Amino acid sequence: MASSTLIPNPVTNNTDRARDSSKRRKRKKIQRQSSGIGRDQNSQNLNNNNDQITPWKSEVQQQVYSSKLLQALRQVRQGSGSGTSSTKTPRRGRAVREAADRVLAVTAKGRTRWSRAILTNKLKLKFMKSNRRQRGVVATATGNRRLKKPRVSILRLKTKNLPAVQRKARVLGRLVPGCRKQPLPVVLEEATDYIAALEMQVKAMAALADLLSGGSSSSSSAGAGNLGQLSFSRSPPSL
Amino acid sequence: MSSRRSREAPRITDDQIIQLLSKLQQLLPEIRNRRSNKASASKVLQETCNYVRSLHQEVDDLSDRLSQLLSTVDANSPEASIIQSLIM
Repeated sequence: MASSTLIPNPVTNNTDRARDSSKRRKRKKIQRQSSGIGRDQNSQNLNNNNDQITPWKSEVQQQVYSSKLLQALRQVRQGSGSGTSSTKTPRRGRAVREAADRVLAVTAKGRTRWSRAILTNKLKLKFMKSNRRQRGVVATATGNRRLKKPRVSILRLKTKNLPAVQRKARVLGRLVPGCRKQPLPVVLEEATDYIAALEMQVKAMAALADLLSGGSSSSSSAGAGNLGQLSFSRSPPSL
Repeated sequence: MSSRRSREAPRITDDQIIQLLSKLQQLLPEIRNRRSNKASASKVLQETCNYVRSLHQEVDDLSDRLSQLLSTVDANSPEASIIQSLIM
């Protein structure tokens, strides 16, 4: 648990809100520039690396993802009400997970199936959740597997007809969003991209969590260390 | 029974699948560490499933942790702008 978190002076709360909206506009402009830069670098990387694989490991991608994640997280925080939120922690964890997945899908720029599936499933879940609440549908990022009926599709492999391989391919198709009924090569391709994206997501979220908890993260610059020192010097009154 | 025909490749070649599997193999930490190129399809798929599940679990834990952190930070905007400037 973070014993010393970043809590600013409560006096400047109102002015912060006003500044926040203007900063959001500025941030969107900066984001567009950075995503534009990211796009250029992406095209360069695409020529260098593989043909169709988004370079998830590039710094730019992580930066784009982190900034978008911050925005989404702030919306989550404001959406679930400001102030004490002790009772909402399990739901909020899920909301954070969904927001993170959604931001990840957006960062993928819609080139992959799983990203499109995540984004469309969010819309479906929004509509279905109000109608089918008695079904006990849990609105998770992987909730689509409970909404759709399990259907069996036939693989067209010749030599790999072993039931074990087929079974595992099924499982993998269920794990990667949007690939339940896809044939094996599609699933494999999607899984390749999905794994890289997930790794980037984990890295970005870990760095963000470290930043927020006031610790010094290894991936950020020295400014993070200063930020951590700021939090320690302030000695927040309550936790 | 309704089976989806893939429109791009009506006949899926095994070579294609082997290529995709080897590409996937490169990403998996387990098989990469052992440095053997001879992983069967079943093993690659198994490792992939395990790895994806573990990544999902990590993301879940991280998001829980982030939600806790978000709840403890009251007015996030000054730090958020600082964090934005740091990350970007």
